[in-house]
Amino acid sequence: MNGAKLFIESLEKEGVRNLFGYPGVSICPFFDALKDSDITAELMRDEQSAGHAANGYARISKMPGVCAVSSGPGATNLITAIATAFADSIPLICITGQVPTEQIGSDMFQEADIIGAVESFVKYSYSVRTAKDIPRIVKEAFYIANTGRKGPVLIDLPIDVQNMEGGQFAEAKDVMLRTYKPTVKGHANQIKKVLKVLESAKRPILCAGGGVISANAEADVVSFAEKYNIPVVTTMMGIGVIPSNHPLYMGMVGNNGKKYANRAMNESDVLIMVGARAADRAISQPDLVMKDKTLIHIDVDPAEIGKNVGPSIPIVGDAKAIFEELNKAQIHCDFSSWMNELKRYQKTRNEKQQSTAKYVDPNLFVETLSEKIKKDAVYVADVGQNLIYSCTNYKVKEGKFLASGGMGTMGYSLPAAFGASVANPGKQIVCVLGDGAMQMAFHDLANVALHKSNLKIIIMDNRCLGMIREYQHIHFDNRYLMVDLKNTPDYSFIAKAYGIPFWEIGKNEEIEDTLSEVLRKKGPAIIDVYIDADAFTAN
Amino acid sequence: MKRIYSVWVENRSGVLSKVSGLFARRSYNIDSLTVGETRDKTVSSMTIVSSGTNHTLEQIEKQLNKKLDVIKVRTFGEEQAILREVILLKVKYTSSQRKELMEICEFLKADIVDATTTHMIITLCDTPDRIEKLLSMLKEFNITEISRTGTLAMPKCSEGEA
Repeated sequence: MNGAKLFIESLEKEGVRNLFGYPGVSICPFFDALKDSDITAELMRDEQSAGHAANGYARISKMPGVCAVSSGPGATNLITAIATAFADSIPLICITGQVPTEQIGSDMFQEADIIGAVESFVKYSYSVRTAKDIPRIVKEAFYIANTGRKGPVLIDLPIDVQNMEGGQFAEAKDVMLRTYKPTVKGHANQIKKVLKVLESAKRPILCAGGGVISANAEADVVSFAEKYNIPVVTTMMGIGVIPSNHPLYMGMVGNNGKKYANRAMNESDVLIMVGARAADRAISQPDLVMKDKTLIHIDVDPAEIGKNVGPSIPIVGDAKAIFEELNKAQIHCDFSSWMNELKRYQKTRNEKQQSTAKYVDPNLFVETLSEKIKKDAVYVADVGQNLIYSCTNYKVKEGKFLASGGMGTMGYSLPAAFGASVANPGKQIVCVLGDGAMQMAFHDLANVALHKSNLKIIIMDNRCLGMIREYQHIHFDNRYLMVDLKNTPDYSFIAKAYGIPFWEIGKNEEIEDTLSEVLRKKGPAIIDVYIDADAFTAN
Repeated sequence: MKRIYSVWVENRSGVLSKVSGLFARRSYNIDSLTVGETRDKTVSSMTIVSSGTNHTLEQIEKQLNKKLDVIKVRTFGEEQAILREVILLKVKYTSSQRKELMEICEFLKADIVDATTTHMIITLCDTPDRIEKLLSMLKEFNITEISRTGTLAMPKCSEGEA
């Protein structure tokens, strides 16, 4: 068997059924071997899309997403997608073709040192030198990507290694790495301490981040909160941990979050932070938030604990394992009076976002959309004002909310939504993006049309780069530059070109009816929603 | 504050760049870095001296531990370890300076390992403090070239050590 065949067989052994990619000479033997396999390959319209599609796929399938691209520009085009996955701890296996081993370092045609280029945002990388190592490397790569703090692993595969004879496929032994042993179980003493602190707490709050979703610990975390009536807030990446209408839910924190959620967190005396980095967007003033409180920080990555905020009680481990332990114990406390106090305060706050009379009110639109979509729909948001409108107005029921929270990559949503639809073809998926991101990503409409994906693409169309325009409005005295998307194409023609049904919503009165009609039918659709360029997100 | 990191890493190509790259992109200081093989050919030992706030020094240890090619990280303060550094200095001198140079070398137990009538190479293997002392005493002389290793470190022996 040559290296390429060994590689494909190794992927099959890992249970891979789909991958996303873009070919080039240096990865051709790999794709040739793929032709005889049951793995389905999706030809995306550029390499970055392949990476984002694998990202969306991973977040829905709960398996590492796989993408394969060529050497040189193919590999460098993938970099943004790798960095995006790294920032959000999404498991990816990124396979890059490479020039022949002997030529590495000679600056030959389409050679790039991709391993060097991605070093700071991969969890690990491999440069394969001999075909017989492939089964072991692939097995290790999946293990590394999908355990501990998850993330992307890159495998650089020179073309001569793909063609090299590597003997019969022999499944690799269990992974044993002396340098990598992620902690799963939380330390028993620390868990006891948490319960003790909670017993004497008066105003505890639980802040759930994306790590809870990554660990599949949503149910465990929610039952813990329910057991003692502990109020719950989430970061943006934690949206979906708890349904929005849950009586314990206080909303999203952070500078785009609910003021009452931030206030609840600030006023707590015990803060249990789970799978959250406490980064600047969630907690902009750590000293203020952490004043006079006990911080219990639970994270699978020890380096996150104490990085942005100092913990009083650190627990390193997998959120699911830790909350299973916490749930086994029974202490005597009930925080419903504190919860009621918060709810009373919440009711007095009418945090209705500023609405606009011109065109469509984006807040109202997202609110209506989230009521109308199926309760288990996947909502994929892009970056910019659309993300803020989305995360502040979207009400999660049983679905998932995907966004590129860490890196904030424009153009993420469309390929990621496509990847999500490949992972679960029947699922209703909505992708909400601005007209800026749409023009970065619309080449992948080809795949959406081809697969008849049950994917509704919603363009928040204000003919400008709204978030930056808003920034220039606030910080640069309305000196607008480089934000006007002049000559924006007529999206109805774009939709027609790809054979996708097209709708437009020009005023608030049209939201209900149009959405009902579009969402009733399966398959793809593009909805162009007209938004006022002066509709700013900031109150 | 200074801190010494004794880091065992997989002896593979590219590992040094991963470790030094980590310091560069997170803006951690490297005061010195030395690398060598250990008795186990698959393991290299790096000694990194860094300085910064307590928070930074703690993060360095955690981030090093996160690297998949890092086998073990031990950290210690200067007082907990035996530290050594080697320096080579080439000095251009006149005949009137020769005696004083030799006295300085004798005083600090530095060796003159090569010489012509106009130049000499002085070497010293000692603690970083005494290396600095040598440099300061030679400040007035015409030093034409310096090569130094950076700090090597090993935690002091302790009773009952395995």
